[in-house]
Amino acid sequence: MIAAAARSEAVIQIGGIAVCVRADDSAFLAMLKHRYTGFVSSSASADFHFEADLSSPGNGDPDTDVRLTRRASCWTLERGDFRAVWDPVSGSGKIQLVPNPYSIDALLRILHSLTLATQGGFLLHAASAIRNGKAFLFTGVSGAGKTTIARLAPKDATLLTDEISYVRKDKNGYIACGTPFSGELGSPGENVSAPLAAVYMLSKGPENRIDSLCAAEATHAVLSNLLFFAEDQELVNSVFHAVCQFVGRVPVSRLTFFPDSQVWEMLQ
Amino acid sequence: MSQSIYPCRSSRIAARKLGAEMMIMCASDSTLFTLNETATLLWEGADGSTSLEEIVANTICSQFDVEYAEALRDAEILAHQLASHGILLLTNEPMAASRVG
Repeated sequence: MIAAAARSEAVIQIGGIAVCVRADDSAFLAMLKHRYTGFVSSSASADFHFEADLSSPGNGDPDTDVRLTRRASCWTLERGDFRAVWDPVSGSGKIQLVPNPYSIDALLRILHSLTLATQGGFLLHAASAIRNGKAFLFTGVSGAGKTTIARLAPKDATLLTDEISYVRKDKNGYIACGTPFSGELGSPGENVSAPLAAVYMLSKGPENRIDSLCAAEATHAVLSNLLFFAEDQELVNSVFHAVCQFVGRVPVSRLTFFPDSQVWEMLQ
Repeated sequence: MSQSIYPCRSSRIAARKLGAEMMIMCASDSTLFTLNETATLLWEGADGSTSLEEIVANTICSQFDVEYAEALRDAEILAHQLASHGILLLTNEPMAASRVG
């Protein structure tokens, strides 16, 4: 008698949104649980469920462009190393992917960016941390100092990420949540959240100073660093107007900093 | 005599006026554009049924101390630049719809 392979699952919860991945490869699921330590949930009530097929859907190349298409409520997410079909309305989907951490990381980022876009939130290329009960985001292009500012964080700060920040809208404003997505620091953020107090656009300079940005500059700063993939008109509209609303609620400033820990004492 | 140009805003964008500037995000590739005050006037007038000459004469020249011929020349360059990015459509006839993709 040939027994069917048992399928098991791993639930990865980021920003309060739980994604359940089911597969019949225990080594893959163990890899997920290890990679997303601190973000693995035991909850049976995941928001989205995916059946995983661990075979390469294309050329396996993770450097090819991401392609997202939508038909009715169903999204298709494609890159050389993965292909996913996902219906956010039913909450279910199928993924075919190369079983490596980079593929699943990319997929999760896309899923969360699409989900947040419908809720007034977004993912941002930014480091973020909590101090004194308030969250601060530090955004900028590669080399602007995201990892540096994270490294300079005082001991009483809780690091949420040094690479991809997670912004959700709630009834009182906006909160920043920890993510497992790390940059040069190489370690995941803490899986906690706090009300977002300010966004700083980073630039390195000879002294520490903060300059507030006007609405147009602030909107440009946030939009320029947004992690967003879809070419979908409706979604582009949602994200664009969500960011415009965001900069109307959360102060955005330019933080020029000399790389020493004193800079943290300027942040309110 | 050159033909009139009728500029029309693309529907494949998201846009919002912030202060005197217009922020535009292109849906096809998420490219961002920030239009200055003059370019914003051109953008706002680009309804597909108003010619570039009329936009320049009635809005740009009425609000800025600039000669019509010079303003029109600059507006034509700008309109073609925006059209090359796909956020503005240029035709030689007025369009029925106010915005097209």
